[in-house]
Amino acid sequence: MSDARAVGDEEDASGPDGACGVDTAGAAADADAGFIDVRELTKTFTVRRRSGLLRRTATSVRAVDGISFALRRGEMVGFIGPNGAGKSTTIKMLTGILTPSTGRLRVAGVDPWQERTRLVRRIGVVFGQRTTLWWDLPLRDSYALVRRMYRIPRARFEENLARCVELLELGDLLDVPVRQLSLGQRMRGDITAALLHDPDVLYLDEPTIGLDVVSKARVRRFLTTLNAELGTTVLLTTHDLSDIEHLCERVVVIDQGRLLYDGSLGGLQEAGRGERTLVVDLEYEMPPIAGLEGARTVRTEGPRQWLAFPAAASAAPLVSRLAAEYPLVDLSLREPAIEDVIARMYGG
Amino acid sequence: MAEADRRPLVAGPDGGAFGAVLGRAIWAVRAYCFIAAMWVRSTMAYRTSFAIMLAANFATTALDFAAIMIMFGQVDALGGFTLPEVAFLYGTSAVAFGLSDLLLGSAERVGRRVRDGTMDVLLTRPVPVLSQLAADRFALRRLGRIVQGSLVLGWAVSRLELEWTAGRVALLASMVLCGTVIFGCVFVVGGAFQFWAQDASEVQNAFTYGGTTLLQYPPTVFGRELVRGVTFVVPLAFVNWLPALRVLGRDDPLGLPDGLDLAAPAVALLCCAVAGAAWRAGLRSYRSTGS
Amino acid sequence: MHLLRLHFAVALSGFRRYATYRVATAAGVFTNTVFGFILAYTFLALWHERPHLGGYDQSQALTFVWTGQALLAAAALMGGGFQDEFQERIRNGDVAIDLYRPVDLQTWWLAADLGRALFQLLGRGVLPLALGSLVFDLALPASPGTWLCFLAAVLLAIVVSFAVRYLFALCGFWLLDATGLGALSGLLSVFFSGMLLPLSVFPGGFGDTARLLPWSAMLQVPADVLLGTHPGGAAAGLAFQAGWAVVLLAAGRLLQAVATRKVVVQGG
Repeated sequence: MSDARAVGDEEDASGPDGACGVDTAGAAADADAGFIDVRELTKTFTVRRRSGLLRRTATSVRAVDGISFALRRGEMVGFIGPNGAGKSTTIKMLTGILTPSTGRLRVAGVDPWQERTRLVRRIGVVFGQRTTLWWDLPLRDSYALVRRMYRIPRARFEENLARCVELLELGDLLDVPVRQLSLGQRMRGDITAALLHDPDVLYLDEPTIGLDVVSKARVRRFLTTLNAELGTTVLLTTHDLSDIEHLCERVVVIDQGRLLYDGSLGGLQEAGRGERTLVVDLEYEMPPIAGLEGARTVRTEGPRQWLAFPAAASAAPLVSRLAAEYPLVDLSLREPAIEDVIARMYGG
Repeated sequence: MAEADRRPLVAGPDGGAFGAVLGRAIWAVRAYCFIAAMWVRSTMAYRTSFAIMLAANFATTALDFAAIMIMFGQVDALGGFTLPEVAFLYGTSAVAFGLSDLLLGSAERVGRRVRDGTMDVLLTRPVPVLSQLAADRFALRRLGRIVQGSLVLGWAVSRLELEWTAGRVALLASMVLCGTVIFGCVFVVGGAFQFWAQDASEVQNAFTYGGTTLLQYPPTVFGRELVRGVTFVVPLAFVNWLPALRVLGRDDPLGLPDGLDLAAPAVALLCCAVAGAAWRAGLRSYRSTGS
Repeated sequence: MHLLRLHFAVALSGFRRYATYRVATAAGVFTNTVFGFILAYTFLALWHERPHLGGYDQSQALTFVWTGQALLAAAALMGGGFQDEFQERIRNGDVAIDLYRPVDLQTWWLAADLGRALFQLLGRGVLPLALGSLVFDLALPASPGTWLCFLAAVLLAIVVSFAVRYLFALCGFWLLDATGLGALSGLLSVFFSGMLLPLSVFPGGFGDTARLLPWSAMLQVPADVLLGTHPGGAAAGLAFQAGWAVVLLAAGRLLQAVATRKVVVQGG
């Protein structure tokens, strides 16, 4: 899974190593290769909008549109994309909160939707923007509740708590009500709560959002240790690419519900330098433009055509030839999709 | 306790589906209890504040009864019922509602939790969502209403010139118990409704607070259609009206078949089934739409 | 002039803020209507036993019930309104920021609460009253003059209600936990406004005292102005309300001055 994969070749969804037998449910699906296994996952929402005084029209929106990827046991993977890309919808399906519209989903061999309570014992979830702790209770009481909810044997609970308290430096905070904690302290408290029951998988949704530099570093160091020593599989969404740089070798990029990229972080920059697209508006409908050196028509729609050409090449010669040989009305240049996505993650 | 994790349909032939359901129910109640206990402990950390809220809760309902006392300062009977009789209705309604409010009142926060996203957090824990929701912020101050209602009920019992046979005592106990269950079901159905209409939490006040106010007065005060509605549509009449008429030895204004006044336990069970189905449907809808 | 425009804008945003919750408003109308029906039936039984109780005939008593439901949300008789947010700002210290605004704290919140009240009067008040008048025989006046007086009385009711809630909220500067006080404020206003039972039905000296308290300006007086049953006429009723409004707003300013000195000295 280390080699960068181009976008859209979904027949390769099970991974380069062929991942035999992922289709057979049960023990085989728990195999290390497809520890988290997502196949052709879609989620369609019906959105009702007011379209008149009393009339409402229903449109269906595909928040997740045929995503496939797989995580090995013990991998730490970054899951990125701009707001509204479908990240949190995907995470919600992986945690059993939302039911998928179509597709196949297995986490540690469990179908999240069908067996939510079985699944949640094996996963830990941290939502960066809202706490899973009890707002008015001290951390210690929150943890006591977690212990009873997950029925964690006391010895194991004490051991796990002691480890987290030491590594995340929570010792002085255990008796403070959650609402009095700073954002960084609360995040450390949340991460601890998510790990007390020894989950095999940890989902982190924006774990460093709003944290100061010191807290960020502490959280990152902890996650690295956790992943290395306990082999916990980690999937994290973030807006902070430096999180990814510090923590993940692999990233999965989605936008508008579709998988754009799945591969190494280095490869992401490569892919960003792929092809650019020239959108050409002609006076009237024509057969696909052909015979232009270094460019090929990838799509036509009425008088509009899309031409792809290497990102490294200059657009100028292409444009002048087009202007000379075709009834040109308008032109626009599109940056590569990934670069677009990354730009939108920061540009807002 | 291992069965508790499994769904009833996948339970083995040895345990049976019933055993699995029972296991899940026990786990749901146990989880409810330890979450509620944690909240009680946390409330007790601020004793003064708790005492004030308890007193306020008591006083709020006491003023309701003060209004009834003022009414009876002007008249001898209301809808043909004397003050002790109305106090009997008031007491049974207030105690039953108070108990259900204490146990399940927090279920009315569904809409808010969906809006602020904390419903998702409940779904990531291995405990039934309803247990977590109902036990959340378990408010012991709601004992105020129960205490006040019990005092009124005790006074009514001492004033009513009735012979407290075993049958009457049993009927009274069943009124409080079944009434609590029926009101509790109203809370759960109201909570389930909020999965579809998050801002409509106030609608359920009409049935909960409105319901207990309604039941504090004799059925003869209200229009026949209204009485019919709370008998057959939202079966609040089984909380106290119908059984109370029997305890007080009065005719029922609707002329319903004899024995319906003893049907409260059956009605309460039916309510549980309906509330359970509504809750499941609501949660399923939330999990498929995420809103 | 500038200040007036500013306050108008604050009121408008208060109005808009509540206007966005359509479903909540519809739910409130439903609940007000249900409570209106329950109370109307008990009043019917009461006035059936004792016609002319408290000086009202049966349809006047019913009108009292539905007026109460119409004003319940607008005059915040059972709580709700600006004070929850204000108290939260006092509790977490954000109120110190408010003090640096070029606008007075009290008039700022008054404007916001008036905006809210106007919306709730239109959104949650009119419909239950109209529904009640369809089902029951209400004694609504025909003269536009009476309606104008009633509207003035409603406005004053909202101002008095604001002034009382403002005083209670300011106590949050001295008390660590003001929720108990909020509960006390709510139950006093439910009982002494006449929401449960008209104050004219309250017995003897207790009733007379209750009618002199500020809470009576929140429902009892507006209802009497509408019904034409205020002793001494509508003008006396409005003067009574205006008197309390002035006294309570002034008390609020005084308390506010003490409270802000405390904030400035302690640094929040």
